[in-house]
Amino acid sequence: MAIAAKAPVMTDKTAILAHLTAEQDDTAGLEHGIKADEWERLVTRLGRKPNLVELGIYSVMWSEHCSYKSSRRHLSKFPTKNARVIQGPGENAGVIDIGDGQAAIFKMESHNHPSYIEPYQGAATGVGGILRDVFTMGARPIALVNALRFGSPDHPKTRSLVAGVVAGIGGYGNCVGVPTVAGETQFDEGYNGNILVNAMAVGLADQDKIFYARGATPGNPIFYVGSKTGRDGIHGATMASAEFSEGDEEKRPTVQVGDPFTEKLLIEACLELMATDAIQAIQDMGAAGLTSSSVEMAASGGENGEGIGVVMDLDKVPQREEGMTAYEIMLSESQERMLMVLYPDKIDVAKAVFDKYDLSAEVIGETTDNGHLVLKQFGETVCDIPVAPLADDAPNYDRPWTEPPKRAPLDISKYPEPEDYGEVLLKLMSSPDMASKRWIWEQYDRHVMGDTVDSSQSQGDAAIVRIHGTNKALAICSDCNPHYVAADPYEGGKAAVAEAYRNLSAVGAMPIAITDNLNFGNPEKPATMGYIVKAIEGMAEACRELNFPVVSGNVSLYNETDGVAIPPTPVVGGVGLIEDLSKVATLKGAQDGDLAFMIGSDGSELGASLYARQILSLKGNDLGTPPVMHLDRTVSIASAVRKLVGSDVVRAVHDTSEGGLACAVTEMGLASGLGTEIFAPADNTTAYLFGEDHDRYVVAVSPAHEEALRTELAQSGIPVTQVGVFTGDGIAFKIVGATSEHYLPLSRLREAHEGWLPTYMNSVD
Amino acid sequence: MKTAVIVFPGSNCDRDAHDALAKVTGQAPAMVWHKDGTIPEGTDLVMVPGGFSYGDYLRCGAMAGNSPVISQLHDHAARGGYVLGVCNGFQILCETGLLPGALMRNASLHFVCRPQALKIESTNTAYTSAYSDTSDVVIPVAHHDGNYFADDTTLNTLEGEGRVAFRYASGQNPNGSARDIAGILSENGRILGMMPHPERAIGGHEGGTDGLGVFESLLSAA
Repeated sequence: MAIAAKAPVMTDKTAILAHLTAEQDDTAGLEHGIKADEWERLVTRLGRKPNLVELGIYSVMWSEHCSYKSSRRHLSKFPTKNARVIQGPGENAGVIDIGDGQAAIFKMESHNHPSYIEPYQGAATGVGGILRDVFTMGARPIALVNALRFGSPDHPKTRSLVAGVVAGIGGYGNCVGVPTVAGETQFDEGYNGNILVNAMAVGLADQDKIFYARGATPGNPIFYVGSKTGRDGIHGATMASAEFSEGDEEKRPTVQVGDPFTEKLLIEACLELMATDAIQAIQDMGAAGLTSSSVEMAASGGENGEGIGVVMDLDKVPQREEGMTAYEIMLSESQERMLMVLYPDKIDVAKAVFDKYDLSAEVIGETTDNGHLVLKQFGETVCDIPVAPLADDAPNYDRPWTEPPKRAPLDISKYPEPEDYGEVLLKLMSSPDMASKRWIWEQYDRHVMGDTVDSSQSQGDAAIVRIHGTNKALAICSDCNPHYVAADPYEGGKAAVAEAYRNLSAVGAMPIAITDNLNFGNPEKPATMGYIVKAIEGMAEACRELNFPVVSGNVSLYNETDGVAIPPTPVVGGVGLIEDLSKVATLKGAQDGDLAFMIGSDGSELGASLYARQILSLKGNDLGTPPVMHLDRTVSIASAVRKLVGSDVVRAVHDTSEGGLACAVTEMGLASGLGTEIFAPADNTTAYLFGEDHDRYVVAVSPAHEEALRTELAQSGIPVTQVGVFTGDGIAFKIVGATSEHYLPLSRLREAHEGWLPTYMNSVD
Repeated sequence: MKTAVIVFPGSNCDRDAHDALAKVTGQAPAMVWHKDGTIPEGTDLVMVPGGFSYGDYLRCGAMAGNSPVISQLHDHAARGGYVLGVCNGFQILCETGLLPGALMRNASLHFVCRPQALKIESTNTAYTSAYSDTSDVVIPVAHHDGNYFADDTTLNTLEGEGRVAFRYASGQNPNGSARDIAGILSENGRILGMMPHPERAIGGHEGGTDGLGVFESLLSAA
């Protein structure tokens, strides 16, 4: 893409102004990613051809990244409300009521394209951006979560990408001082050319101190705070809206550089200013920087959201480099910047706060009542366009799509039963997706802020973060099994939402709402668009049935290199509420002699399972269909599990997912330093042990509480089966009728489970 | 006991320090902003908290060690006041010269956050007397630069004078620190710098309760 920013630095003001105000044509539009039909739309709406600054602004506002033009009409299928939702999608982040006048504010966002090009800075600025989305609304960030997908471990770039991304996430989050409490990391060759880095932030605010981008009224000062503006990241949003091809590492200059120290100061300064009544509206400068922040505040301005205008003098914008043009200033994605509309008599209050923290803070313009975005440089007007077409009239495509092909179910009878279940378990537990991610999470500060009750450290289903100064907590998780979505996007979409619902319930939390991060390939290809549509519809169905609405989210499309798309990966970030911290469970806590029970049905489904991938080495269509979802069971069984956790009948709880019963029980044993005897029937033993049927939980129960457990579940009509005993120093499979015992020493299991990732990261090609 | 916590730009354990001190002493510490703040008269303990002062963009603690508030810290120390530096606070105390040695990048070159087994070397100090029943504790670490270094003469002096307060448990050194040193005392025993975070181990969270002893010891000493 030819980018005007590459023009030599100009010093002659007359020449700069002539360059900026020169009328552009459709060729220039194409160079800015504006396609022919979009160009027609632009010229018609504007009534003339744009100049360079105006074209630059249209190009980012109408990019996929900012406008959601391919996904908008489908995103509207998501339920976005329940009794606890205060703010759904459309603001910087979603807001839910957690009682006592407090709110949790959260969102997940991708930084996929930049992280592939420059893993450290790409991942670091992903964390920085999502934190700003949360504290912009008045919340103190209290937790970070990351969902990462990398290519095959054998791919030559994977190791350096893992190292860079993990260092970047840690480098930013650790410095800012927000604990990174949970996450997921998977490997698949489908991500060889496009890794996924999805970061989620959760914040805590008082309900009467929530700040929005909307509601600015005319005649008020526009206040710029934070870092100075440089030339970094120009056209990052446009880059994130196109496919990659070989050699795209050259796009490195479009990746921004993070400064977590400034972010930390910005958090403290913003929260300090927010404690006063100085701010009318606020928006962080994320993708498309000053352009999208000013346009979004103007478009949603006015007492009734009717929209307002904005005039800004770009000479007043704090600048890091000399000779920046209006075009560069408006399109820069320099990090750690905020735009606010202040009440007129509060400028001095605001300046004093930012001065304390040595941050740049300038009044750069004011809100107007004419609905136009007017920009000035060197005293001349370089942009004057109506705001509404930029935001509201952005293209909204109904992209053609085709029904994803139906797969034949996996016929497990074609494959022999394994000879040694211990060896199968060992292989699964040390496979890249299941192996311990200690190497990763030990590089993240999980404990700063003093409220982390349970984190990745226990390898549990959801993190538990106390609400500061109370006996309540938030449970937080992130989930997606892309193999299920690839197998059947509708069922897989449902499964991702239900998995988050279960993980929150497993620790004893009431699930409240989700944020989502929809990662897909090129939406202009009908086959890919089919997966987007069906996954969204499946997720929406689950959200509805579970009363678990979407309150914020992000769409990342064009995750495609040389025509090959990533596996469809709609990641769900779930948040739930724990009313009493003394009533929680984690997967740790089983004691010697405790009984292991499976709540829910017997294992029977191996389609799209870890077993099918790792042991049968199946790929693609051969993996068959994913386990069937019954959302009514998801609700009833989760409710029963929460009740059990609340009544102290269970000592440990673990949601059963990849690897089925055997892996779930083993993880619980490992967490408590105990081996396990696992019971299994003579028939369909493999599916029983490793099947991934939904809506099942393993619980550890002392023999004294067995009857209470059975009684409680019988009342709800939920099946429960004893599947083992936590004891000894190995995993012993007790198969009915088997003559030999399949046995795996715990030490060998632990070594393989803990050893895979460090061995991989420390090896040299 | 009257306490104060210094807050530098980039400190991020200041609230944790505040909460730990408030919990153990029963009264909130004074929070002292590095630029124009004052350590209140009669302060018994000044805590220099963890975090990334000035982003650690220069050598860790180097910028904070030259901050306006540091002269007050020197005065406090000269009066025989107690000073507890944790993590970045330990790095800052080394930069100010209040403690000997330096903290280099972890030998692994990675940031490390984990529950850390420690050995308390002596319970006969103002910071460890409450641990009389146990010499093995677990307190979380979280740092990128905790690899303690000093020349052999200094290390011998520290050990000879009983000024090594905490060591990493044998074989579990997380950062390559010389002689497994996790925390050291000043000559008068009033200043402690340590990499582990006792304020993250005061109960009710993943860090456990083993850090409480540091504050409880101080309470009976000051």
